[in-house]
Amino acid sequence: MSLRDNTGPFFGEYGGRFMPESLIAAIDEIAEAYEACRTDESFQAELRELHRSYTGRPSIITEVSRFAEHAGGARIILKREDLNHTGSHKINNVLGQALLTKRLGKTRVIAETGAGQHGVATATAAALFGLECTVYMGEVDTQRQALNVARMRLLGAEVVSVTTGSRTLKDAINEAYREWVTSVETTNYVFGTAAGPHPFPLMVRDFQKIIGEEAREQVQELTGRLPDAVAACVGGGSNAIGIFHAFLDDPDVRLFGFEAAGDGVDTPRHAASIGKGRPGVLHGARSYLLQDEDGQTIESHSISAGLDYPGVGPEHAWLADIKRAEYRPTTDTEAMDALRLLSRTEGIIPAIESAHALAGALKLGKELGPESTILVNLSGRGDKDVATAGEWFGLFDEGARQA
Amino acid sequence: MNASLNSTTVESVIQRRRDAGSGALVGYLPVGFPDLATSVDAAVALAENGVDVLELGVPYSDPVMDGLVIQRATQEALKQGFRVRDVFTAVEQIRARVDVPVLVMTYWNPVLQYGVDRFADELVSAGGAGLITPDITPDAADDWIATSDRTGLDRVFLAAPTSSDERLKRTVQATRGFVYAVSTMGITGLRTDLDAAARTLIARLRVAGASTACVGIGISNPEQVHQVLEYADGAIVGTALVKALADGGVSKLAETAAALSAGTTLN
Repeated sequence: MSLRDNTGPFFGEYGGRFMPESLIAAIDEIAEAYEACRTDESFQAELRELHRSYTGRPSIITEVSRFAEHAGGARIILKREDLNHTGSHKINNVLGQALLTKRLGKTRVIAETGAGQHGVATATAAALFGLECTVYMGEVDTQRQALNVARMRLLGAEVVSVTTGSRTLKDAINEAYREWVTSVETTNYVFGTAAGPHPFPLMVRDFQKIIGEEAREQVQELTGRLPDAVAACVGGGSNAIGIFHAFLDDPDVRLFGFEAAGDGVDTPRHAASIGKGRPGVLHGARSYLLQDEDGQTIESHSISAGLDYPGVGPEHAWLADIKRAEYRPTTDTEAMDALRLLSRTEGIIPAIESAHALAGALKLGKELGPESTILVNLSGRGDKDVATAGEWFGLFDEGARQA
Repeated sequence: MNASLNSTTVESVIQRRRDAGSGALVGYLPVGFPDLATSVDAAVALAENGVDVLELGVPYSDPVMDGLVIQRATQEALKQGFRVRDVFTAVEQIRARVDVPVLVMTYWNPVLQYGVDRFADELVSAGGAGLITPDITPDAADDWIATSDRTGLDRVFLAAPTSSDERLKRTVQATRGFVYAVSTMGITGLRTDLDAAARTLIARLRVAGASTACVGIGISNPEQVHQVLEYADGAIVGTALVKALADGGVSKLAETAAALSAGTTLN
């Protein structure tokens, strides 16, 4: 069977739908509506037109030869999801789920967000479609991604700062689930990553796989062949599965996911769920998970809010187990160095999340050699991270106050 | 099933109260809050003050079905170093002191990581009656259904106002002990009005074949207990008890339990 044909609910032994009964009816409703939309030409045409006239698709690819000089001379090609409207790949998924919300006849959307990119994308789609919107965001993240909080509010969304648990993405998801239980009749939950209960991993992957479909064509047009490797950062894993999917059945194309290693995978402060976790159930699906002996979720750590999540999408867990994709760690320092390098060699400031993939590509280039071509998903732009980078590199003038 | 011959099974205790013209009071408390020893004393105090069935919660890092009061208590228990194995210690000590059936309410991952069989065997040894599993449904619980069949433990699944008739039927078939009817579309917490949805849900569960069904979520005073027992076999109270324990210790908890229990005999 083609690897691309897997539509869940299980990917190997991962995935499924481990959810409270109170949410099952809503999830069934989404699953049924989405199943219809998958093959509904009018739905797909509407989404395509939105992507053309609103998202700005297809996104371009950019070969970065000055950056690649630091990667053993390998060719490095970036898929520019940072150029999408709202500045990341998240819009691809959100427009799909917003269209689905309309089909469900619901008038309000809720979403969780880590870095704020999915929250901003959801607030954007809500504004576009005239939906009410509430976004749940961990208090830690509202502080380190203050700019995105303001963006969401500017777009008319309500932002709820979540103060329970570790006050990051996983707790934002918990709170969104709690809220969804109480408002399920009017509200659709727009889930941001390729995790959670079925059908979310399938649906989010389907809405993101356009990244790889476009890039596969574009790279062949540019180089005359398929890339040797595809690299992406992995938190929940939506941009990674989005760029991987079109290549799953190309056995000569190696797929690399880069997990956030924080201070290092041998320290307690990282977010490498596949590298250092073990299978468990969190947020509705079975997958790799950072947890203690008792199954209590361990708080993840990463400088990148978007990768700061102790779980990972089930399709990645499966791809790791069957060795179709390899998952490697990138530390905070490696990511920040790559962020600065791309900024200075190419004039492109990447999101810190995407910088994890760039750092991985620098090592991969040396490993695979100068004849190799590496396609990297530049999943988001770094405007939101300027404050973090400014602090990290000491770029602020003394005495100047930064928000 | 030999467990069901025991006079203190969950279902028999509830049925006995119902046959006597009233219904049962089911009381929830988390293990390890404010500490393990006090949580045992607190559970015993519930039993001594009219609570018919105990529901002991396993503190978990990601309790998506719990409101703030219970979240705070379970996070405190985790901060105090709660371990899953403490549940068996608590059940054993409680059962040594009071003859009341003890169900364990747990999110699924702690059971999965402990080992479903190992968890069940140790619960049986400790004298526990079974599990309430709020974040899995029968269609996602093959392993637990097999294990509970092997051990005879009760398995309490939840039913919601939004559940389809077809799902209610399957839930009733899979459940042993009682069906936990979620009163309203919400998470645990105090509510001033009980949703009419609960009454409708219980009626639908009867049609689906439920012999024993209890209502939980949002019940906080004797009048609500009384009101629920007009149509349900039991009333489940959690947040109000946890709040009493947090605010006034075991003595305040005992008072609150006694008052709630009076709700089972109001006219």
